[in-house]
Amino acid sequence: MVPITVRIQTAPFDQAAELQALRAGRHDVGAIASFVGLCRDHHPGACAPGHVQAMELEHYPGMTEQAIQGMVAQAQARWPLLGVTVIHRVGPLLPGDDIVLVAVASAHRAAAFAACEFLMDYLKTQAPFWKKETTPEGGHWVDARESDDAALRRWGVASDNAA
Amino acid sequence: MRVHIRYFASVREIVGLSQEIHDLPETVQTVGQARDWLRAQGGRYAVAMAADKPLRMACNQVMCDAQTPLSPGCEVAFFPPVTGG
Repeated sequence: MVPITVRIQTAPFDQAAELQALRAGRHDVGAIASFVGLCRDHHPGACAPGHVQAMELEHYPGMTEQAIQGMVAQAQARWPLLGVTVIHRVGPLLPGDDIVLVAVASAHRAAAFAACEFLMDYLKTQAPFWKKETTPEGGHWVDARESDDAALRRWGVASDNAA
Repeated sequence: MRVHIRYFASVREIVGLSQEIHDLPETVQTVGQARDWLRAQGGRYAVAMAADKPLRMACNQVMCDAQTPLSPGCEVAFFPPVTGG
């Protein structure tokens, strides 16, 4: 039974504890790949550091968890995974705060790296989350990016979220 | 047909509601037709669902397209492109 953890929460997460939980008491795990997405204070090339003062993340309770579970099932169908943890925060966040953790355990690194990237590409374009930034000009909803759809299409998955 | 409609993010803000119940006329049979019917109500609906703005939709908490059929009591959601991660 592969341990799958999907959580949406307002509280911070403890990355070290989550990675430890994926391997605790096991001798079959040979690789854990993880990704942490952070709230940053600017858009590279588009505005100055400090421009983004805060962020609010909204989700669709119920659908979001279900969508992520579906993505994890797709990853499991593609790679021999030994554990998956996806934690996404919602609510008010500040620059420097963690937003999302994706961690994948497998016997070998190739599957762990690939599944981690696949899950992030999926999550960016197919999971119902929305970011609203606060800047000196006020609050505004973040626009979806075509490059995120292109990232998911590399895996052979259709995506036109930003279109 | 009575359906439960939910709004998220910028669509929620413009409509001014997070959810509501609508009794749709018999001519409205798909999620896209529900969107068109709401848009035709004018005012804040017309702004939130303006044809030149990207709008994503879900039926019973699964992403769907405009052709997805409605069923009595279903939960339909309208929202902008997603931006998590």
